[in-house]
Amino acid sequence: MAKRIGRGTAELTCRPAILGQAAVGGQTEKDGPLGHAFAEIFAEARLGEKCWEMSETRLQQAAMRHALTSAGCTAQGVDLHLGGDLINQCSATDFALRELGIPLSGLFSACGTFAQALAMGALALESGAFTRVSACASSHFCAAEKQFRFPLEFGGQAPPTAQRTATAAGAAILGQSASGPRISRVIFGKVTDLGVKNANEMGAAMAPAAWDTLRRFLEDTDTKPGDFDVILTGDLGEIGSLLLCELAQAEGGLDISGAHKDCGLLLYDTKAQDAGAGGSGVGCSAAVLCGEILPALRAGALRRVLFLGTGALLSAISPLQGESIPAIAHGVEFTVDN
Amino acid sequence: MKTTNNQYEKMVHKASPDSPHAKNFLLAFLVGGVICALGQGFHVIFEKLGFEEEQVKIIVPCALIFLTAVFTALGVYDKLGKHAGAGAGVPITGFANAIVAPAMEYHCEGLVLGVGANLFRLAGPVLAYGSAVATIYGVIFYFLGGK
Repeated sequence: MAKRIGRGTAELTCRPAILGQAAVGGQTEKDGPLGHAFAEIFAEARLGEKCWEMSETRLQQAAMRHALTSAGCTAQGVDLHLGGDLINQCSATDFALRELGIPLSGLFSACGTFAQALAMGALALESGAFTRVSACASSHFCAAEKQFRFPLEFGGQAPPTAQRTATAAGAAILGQSASGPRISRVIFGKVTDLGVKNANEMGAAMAPAAWDTLRRFLEDTDTKPGDFDVILTGDLGEIGSLLLCELAQAEGGLDISGAHKDCGLLLYDTKAQDAGAGGSGVGCSAAVLCGEILPALRAGALRRVLFLGTGALLSAISPLQGESIPAIAHGVEFTVDN
Repeated sequence: MKTTNNQYEKMVHKASPDSPHAKNFLLAFLVGGVICALGQGFHVIFEKLGFEEEQVKIIVPCALIFLTAVFTALGVYDKLGKHAGAGAGVPITGFANAIVAPAMEYHCEGLVLGVGANLFRLAGPVLAYGSAVATIYGVIFYFLGGK
């Protein structure tokens, strides 16, 4: 049974393992530094569908198919699916699960959804009521542009602080195994808001949430940034990453720059690919984690990773109503046994 | 020490790069100028083809709108707009792009509630406030004795 350590961290005693994982993406993602990390690439952004929303559903189904193969099991062998996306009412996830037939608990923490799914999945396994849990999260550049910004063919200009929503999905199958990366601790984020109102400054809006969860996790577990091979944030991008390091220095006197990496900066070559301040979107951290980090943990190249999935909890209309952007960051610690 | 909203605003401002204003202004000026020169070119051509002045004033915007619709559909105009900003947005071609882009985007939701309802999603504010300002201007003009 999991036990609480400190004020908000759950330490898992059975430490669920990642049985298999997979990332899928689009052409821009393939052209980035992590092009090798994808199990399947969809060069055609519509994925054979008429509407972007259904294209994202297909991304999720592909990620799940590859993750199940990687774990060596079928959808019938999975007891619970946890997942989410950015499309209204999490419909990409709901529609993807029409065909998979796994009991679903849909989640939403914006771009922090994959971390939330892993944390909830680990706790579900720890409860003993489930033996295998799947987690999946996705985003699609075109679907996100349509919902949150402008129609795709509109000739607008984005400021340099804006980030590019990834066309990607990541999926992982969790269960009990003697080998593979394990989830040893999880922590849920608090809704944090330091008053950023500009929807083109999502990295800045999310950095305080990442710092809050990181600070609480380090306090609860009595660890230092140097204890981790990587502290991996979701999609803070260039500006959010800089601000996270500054907040850690100013409020905690900690230098995290040596251990910190950001999925949004790993996914794209921001300058060459015209990706603004870096990647974002639910699929960004899910794909980087499943395509690059979890395999590195499995291979032993990394041994201890703290994953902080960051999400900006705005709606398409809340910035127009003058609201600032609340953000959240959920933490999942991965370790590897000797 | 906990960072306050004001302190954080300053941190964000310092960390965020400015838009490249000089480059943006220059590109907007050049592209906007080229689009307007193109319009003037059409004007000259249609005049030479023997159309009346009043007809040319209608044909030229139609030609620019038609070309914009084609280049929007080909996925070219959004790239132009990304680099040229207001240079591509302010001329009549920008308005045409703002109508064609949602028409393409919302075709999935059907011709009535998709295309029809979203056609003026971007251009609507320009029409609404443009008409309002024109009305106010017309009233003032009338009372000042303009003809």
